[in-house]
Amino acid sequence: MENKQLEEIASQVRRDIVRMVTQVNSGHPGGSLGCTDFLTVLYFHHMKHQPKDFSMDGINEDVFYLSNGHISPVWYSVLARSGYFPVEDLGSFRRLGSKLQGHPSTDKKLPGIRMASGSLGQGLSCAIGTAQAKKLNNDDRIVYTLHGDGELQEGQIWEAAIYAAAKKVDNLIATIDYNGRQIDGDVEDVMSLGNLAQKWIAFGWEVLEMDGHNIDEIIKTLDKAKSMTGKGKPIVIIMKTEMGQGVDYMVGTHKWHGSAPNEEQLQAALLQLTETLGDY
Amino acid sequence: MIEFEIFGNKDTRSGFGEGLHELGKTNPNVVALCADLIGSLKMDAFKNDFPERFFQVGIAEANMMGMAAGLTVGGKIPFTGTFANFSTGRVYDQIRQSIAYSHKNVKICASHAGLTLGEDGATHQILEDIGMMKMLPNMTVVVPADFNQTKQATIAIADHEGPVYLRFGRPVMPIFIKPDAKFVIGKADVLVEGSDVTIVACGHLVWKAIEAAKVLEEKGIKAEIINMHTIKPLDVDTLLKSISKTKCVVTAEEHMINGGLGDSVAQVLIQKMLVPQEYVGVNDSFGESGTPMELMTKYGIDSANIVETAQKAIARKQ
Repeated sequence: MENKQLEEIASQVRRDIVRMVTQVNSGHPGGSLGCTDFLTVLYFHHMKHQPKDFSMDGINEDVFYLSNGHISPVWYSVLARSGYFPVEDLGSFRRLGSKLQGHPSTDKKLPGIRMASGSLGQGLSCAIGTAQAKKLNNDDRIVYTLHGDGELQEGQIWEAAIYAAAKKVDNLIATIDYNGRQIDGDVEDVMSLGNLAQKWIAFGWEVLEMDGHNIDEIIKTLDKAKSMTGKGKPIVIIMKTEMGQGVDYMVGTHKWHGSAPNEEQLQAALLQLTETLGDY
Repeated sequence: MIEFEIFGNKDTRSGFGEGLHELGKTNPNVVALCADLIGSLKMDAFKNDFPERFFQVGIAEANMMGMAAGLTVGGKIPFTGTFANFSTGRVYDQIRQSIAYSHKNVKICASHAGLTLGEDGATHQILEDIGMMKMLPNMTVVVPADFNQTKQATIAIADHEGPVYLRFGRPVMPIFIKPDAKFVIGKADVLVEGSDVTIVACGHLVWKAIEAAKVLEEKGIKAEIINMHTIKPLDVDTLLKSISKTKCVVTAEEHMINGGLGDSVAQVLIQKMLVPQEYVGVNDSFGESGTPMELMTKYGIDSANIVETAQKAIARKQ
């Protein structure tokens, strides 16, 4: 797919995100907007997957886990736009009885989701399990995960990190949304991660870094990461992003981590996200 | 005369080990994970014969539970093995989100449950695990009575689609369930028929209930013993059938009274058939170091306690 097309999709996904959270006056727009370019490239360009024929087993497909489940709006939009379920369903986000729960869930059988997430730190372990199942099944597809940087404060992440390197789980590509912000403020102030790249290197991982808002760089970095699979080491991409990317008043603050814009603010946001494939 | 054929003496964890090894031979989708307790969990045979399906995860139980959930995506049937304390309390949120809420086909196999872990003391003697696990939606909770039944239950849960908590223990106890008995999840066994009092027990307390029934028999009291090996879903029909005859019940378990088998039984009685119930269990207390049998005596979960409690229940009948 051409970069231009991917940029158009990303713009539409951002429109979906701000509209979804505004409608129910809840949800997490900041991180969602920050990960839009990455998830657009992953789902519309990079992964081999079967949106029209979703299977929980994911055998012979690439599998993605969203470990930082609170950015569900971006995932829901990308899933719907890539054909897992009707885009009209985005309007049910966070409403009673919806398949689009506040945080991702398999409970209501939303196609595209294989694991609940929201309580942080669990997705990397789940991904390792699936990566090991793929090896047992002689399935050469890859398992992908996305994590928040604040999420890395959870101890389970580092249990998983030790395991993946020690046991050579080399069909796994984790990505960190390195936006430097969490609910209570800057990650640096809340609890600094120190030298993050060095930490992953010390844990035995291959480390790549990329600009999470440069489509071309995301494509190339994911290709490079994929070329590094099967060589005995797990791979992590530290992805520099801006929380709220695409909506000027949401950038540069942690204020929009978990709060929705009002109607007036929504209109201001949509004026900045003009390219559209048609709103739901 | 209450008599049981005894097939030897073994620990229930060895029944798990044998059952798991059997599954390794018969079900290629069964995989096993262990958090640095292979010997304690008796997982050596599976590990040695099916090394490619065995995952040593180190002392990292949270990661183990997440990995088990992930292995089901790919069609595997993961059996996790560690002590009951580290299988539940330590990883409750991982089980809740990645296994129970996510409907994952994981078998959480927990050894060294309760006081009979013995000398290691209260840090390791979990008495709240049945309660924690039965509160989780989608979770099945199985507490087999002896070596044979633990082996049979281990094999049976592989065919059950959905998360299961399988609880067993460390001490060597008499084997009294027949080696060819069929284990059915949710179908309790009436081991002894009687008319004066129903004793509903699980795990190691089933043997203690049998010992108690023999003493009660000498006193002219006919106790009915139900081996309630599945705490959830509870076999309500077998329970009600028995108490409609005996009109009183004693529950016996190596667990906290709060939240255990006894509370599950009480819920049924309150809603369906109000008869006197008495509890044999640990009363809002942590354990301590000691031999398994010393601890059972000190904390009031021995056969003598069942005898006494049964008489109390009978005395409360109208």
